[in-house]
Amino acid sequence: MPGLLQLAMLVVGRDLKLALRHWDQAIQPLIFFVVVTTLFPLAISPELAELRRISAGVVWVAAMLASLLALESLFRTDVEDGTMEQWTLAGQPLSLMLLSKTITHWLLAGLPIVLMSPIVGTALGMPQSAWGALAGSLALGTGCLSVLGAIGTALTVAVRRGNVLLALLVLPLEMPVLIFGARAVDLSMHGEPVAGPLNLLAAMLLLFLSLGPFAMASAMRISVEN
Amino acid sequence: MLDVSDLHLWRGDRHLLKGVSFSLRAGELLQIVGPNGVGKTSLLRCIAGLLPVESGDIRWCNKLLASSRDAFHQQLAYLAHVNALKTDLTALENLHYAVSLRRKITTQETREMLTRLQVAECSDLPVRAMSAGQKRRVAIARILLTQAKLWVLDEPITNLDVAGIQLFERCMAEHLDGGGLVVTAAHQLLLQGRDNVRTLELH
Repeated sequence: MPGLLQLAMLVVGRDLKLALRHWDQAIQPLIFFVVVTTLFPLAISPELAELRRISAGVVWVAAMLASLLALESLFRTDVEDGTMEQWTLAGQPLSLMLLSKTITHWLLAGLPIVLMSPIVGTALGMPQSAWGALAGSLALGTGCLSVLGAIGTALTVAVRRGNVLLALLVLPLEMPVLIFGARAVDLSMHGEPVAGPLNLLAAMLLLFLSLGPFAMASAMRISVEN
Repeated sequence: MLDVSDLHLWRGDRHLLKGVSFSLRAGELLQIVGPNGVGKTSLLRCIAGLLPVESGDIRWCNKLLASSRDAFHQQLAYLAHVNALKTDLTALENLHYAVSLRRKITTQETREMLTRLQVAECSDLPVRAMSAGQKRRVAIARILLTQAKLWVLDEPITNLDVAGIQLFERCMAEHLDGGGLVVTAAHQLLLQGRDNVRTLELH
């Protein structure tokens, strides 16, 4: 019997290996994020002063949609090829295994966006002083989005063409994350303290991380019944 | 060891299982037979704990399944219609990730098992490139490597050739001799003429 940490490493390792074999799919969220944020200057105005006003919102909405884009395939292939069924029968905590998959989702669809965000922010006229708040809020926020999204995906994975349902289910729940995330960036661009919204994001992340895995596991057990 | 009593199951409006009862001791094989759609797969999924039991009970070592789920699952190997193989991973990788969830396993051990099932040449091939029969053999290798006491197998010999069926029968006989239990649904009866082999017909 592997220990809990070994089990988590096993799942993360397997998913990263699978992502590497399909790297063209794995980098989709990052490409989406970069492309969408670059479209705004083209559509609105190349004037930096004008872009600066909306930059926080643009970056955050793009990050949110990029995270949603990668959710679709999070559990689907495992459920379809029977792997998920085997996992529920492995006599191991399913919640931990699904949390490990969620962490991999964040490593692939969250972390690259966090790392890329200062560059994208600069392109939208964000001052360098806001980089910290931008990357920090995105790091905490995309974590929240991954966990919330994974719960939604576990619920809808058995539904045929469940993408629309997933978006309807998950996006409203993600609103607070978006509001506090974009607010933190906005505050920092105006030179005001950002501890408030960042602390709230961190609290949300801790709450989701502690309760989310159990919700995922219960939802997944229902999903594999069919 | 495995006792099923008065199991009923409804799927939508259909009353699928109407009071199924049997008990299975160590070293026994139970084959579930019946026409398509009669509920063989559903019965196996109930036993494996994938479907919740609506009425009746299933006991493993005199304990209700619902109350000792993880302990039961650690002694269970389940083979479904689908092989539960990742098509982008090789046979070795697939087996490594599947079996490591339950116990430590070396590459050497995995290779030996693949050799025994006569798919050694596929060890380092991505599963995508294998034939249906070869995939089934790799899936059977997973069942064997799991070293579980109870095997629940849904149509295990699908896609296997004659030699493959014989090979699989030998593996099953060995498992039974070692005190294992097997519940299977198959259209073709396996290990006929052997002691401790029973059939259960569903209507």
